[in-house]
Amino acid sequence: MKNILASTIAAAALMAAGSAAQAEGKLAVYHWFEYIPQELLDKFAAENDVEIIMDTYDSNEALLASLKAGAMGTYDVAVPGDYMVKIMADEGLLDTIAEGELANTGNIAPEWADPAFDPGRQHSIPYQWGSTSFMVNRDIYQGDIDTTDILFNPPAELSGKINMLDSQGEVLAMASLHLGIPQCSTDRDQLKALNDMLQEAKGHWASFNSDTAKEVLVSGDVAVGQIYDGFGAKARAEGANVEYAFPTQGYVVWMDNVVLLNDAPNRENALKFMDFLLEPENIAAVSNYARYGAGVTGAGEYMDPELASQPESNPPGTAGEGVFIEVCDQQTQEVYDRIWTALKK
Amino acid sequence: MAGGAAGGGSTQGDTYKEVRTWLLLPTWATLSILVLVPVLLMLVYSFLTKEFRGGVIWEFSFAAYDQFFCDRGLFGDEPCSIEWTYITIFWRSIWQAGLATILSLFIGFPTAYFIATRPAHVRPLWVFLITIPYWVNLLIRTVSMRFMLREEGPLNNVLVWSGLTDAPLQMINTNFAVQIGLFYSYLPFMVLPVYAAVERYNFSLSEAAADLYASKWTTLRRIVLPAVKPGVIAGCILVFVPSLGAFLAPDLLGGAKNFMIGSLIEEQFKGNAGNWPFGAAASMILLSVVLIILTIYARQQARAGGKER
Repeated sequence: MKNILASTIAAAALMAAGSAAQAEGKLAVYHWFEYIPQELLDKFAAENDVEIIMDTYDSNEALLASLKAGAMGTYDVAVPGDYMVKIMADEGLLDTIAEGELANTGNIAPEWADPAFDPGRQHSIPYQWGSTSFMVNRDIYQGDIDTTDILFNPPAELSGKINMLDSQGEVLAMASLHLGIPQCSTDRDQLKALNDMLQEAKGHWASFNSDTAKEVLVSGDVAVGQIYDGFGAKARAEGANVEYAFPTQGYVVWMDNVVLLNDAPNRENALKFMDFLLEPENIAAVSNYARYGAGVTGAGEYMDPELASQPESNPPGTAGEGVFIEVCDQQTQEVYDRIWTALKK
Repeated sequence: MAGGAAGGGSTQGDTYKEVRTWLLLPTWATLSILVLVPVLLMLVYSFLTKEFRGGVIWEFSFAAYDQFFCDRGLFGDEPCSIEWTYITIFWRSIWQAGLATILSLFIGFPTAYFIATRPAHVRPLWVFLITIPYWVNLLIRTVSMRFMLREEGPLNNVLVWSGLTDAPLQMINTNFAVQIGLFYSYLPFMVLPVYAAVERYNFSLSEAAADLYASKWTTLRRIVLPAVKPGVIAGCILVFVPSLGAFLAPDLLGGAKNFMIGSLIEEQFKGNAGNWPFGAAASMILLSVVLIILTIYARQQARAGGKER
């Protein structure tokens, strides 16, 4: 709440201050933290003589809360994850990109051109995509790690040394994969089993933390940590002997997308920015910085060659299916909310 | 605040009589805009119907309070039995905050006493030294504390090296770590008001007590403590209240395995649940609990004070 207020006030202050600046136009971006290189923003600002104002958030839910609490009309574009694009569209927060408004839609990789969360890419363009699974410290455990048992029913040497992401969606989706049940189940026996399994698994966990998911692995505070693939690659690059797992039961995949917000104060510049991010060279700069995949054809040749071959981006043949987090209806979601609260009470 | 605006002092009371209302206006405006309006807003929201995924529908509802006190099972269709989840979370937070307050008092009081008994010209230097670490952002200090407490951190290294323990202690992600974090975060809020009170204390009273054969302990208990009590109470409130709503220390040092009041409320606005009325209701209940505790305390103090006289 504090963050939302602070960023809203900061945004308002910046917008007010911005009117005195020299640049021709403005662009207000609402973005995840630590996700876009400053040089890329500078490049867009210089090419289009536009002043960019950026505020950051730390979760999809925080983004939604801030926009619903009155920040609509402040920002031009935001970068929600897959399921949040659908939620925001359902909530009527997204503007529709008309046919021909974007010059570079042809650059969108075919597999990302018509996703279930935004059919026909009416409101969004691809930004970055990756997976969420977990990493295991190989100094401590040498056995098979490609199973969700590592998180929910761990061997004795890993018990008490596990960090989970402090994120309801990611933890519950992984738990559903572990039990082999749907993500939005309405079957009471399945839901009870999920609740019981999580209560038991919690005894094996050391902490819930998202911001420090990488740091706790690098420092050796924990031996297992749920983590995003690119963040995990950074943990490995920082010297930790950790390996990213692709469980046979499956793992979570996600895609962040740039969306056009309703009531955008600088709609023209927002569209220019989206076209800019569909240029292979520019989106590759984001990938090189954040270590995730891009959804744009031809971005590969501008990418750091190590990125394509990193183990975190290359699931082995034994890997289960990668699934998106699903959006449940209200009644079903309330049960999952209760399970999450009971887990953390 | 009100005292400052009114100019204070009974001799001046008549001078400002005619303009008093106008002079008080800024105070009232500040109080109502920054305190009254937000609290009323929260009160209203706590009785509204929640909108799915954040927001409210303007229909009167007890649902938020029902959720707080009534356990209706995993599927929400059982008859009401007492919901212990949130009461447990509240109790845990009050317990942690109370412990942090007592810890701060035991360390903070001697510290303040020490500073107040130094020569007048070096006291500002000591106060300055106390405040230096607090120029750094709370988040950064809490993260640094993680480094100190972790299994291969400096504290464990010293413990093992000195032979006090054979193996590193598990300190991070425990309640102990949360206590250390709260204590460290809020210690100056105890030291500074207590220092202000002790500094004004007339030390010849202690000498008089000693002349009358009072032991040092008796002097402290019967003479010093009653005299500096307002400072101690202010310190306790200043440590207790922010500790109660703290979520950085529980999240970063305690591992966030158990909700504290602060993180529970934050989750209602920023988390998946998006349940604004429930967040508002939990805030209102927290506010009531704090007010009740403080009122009971103030009454007891008033009664105890009356008896002594």
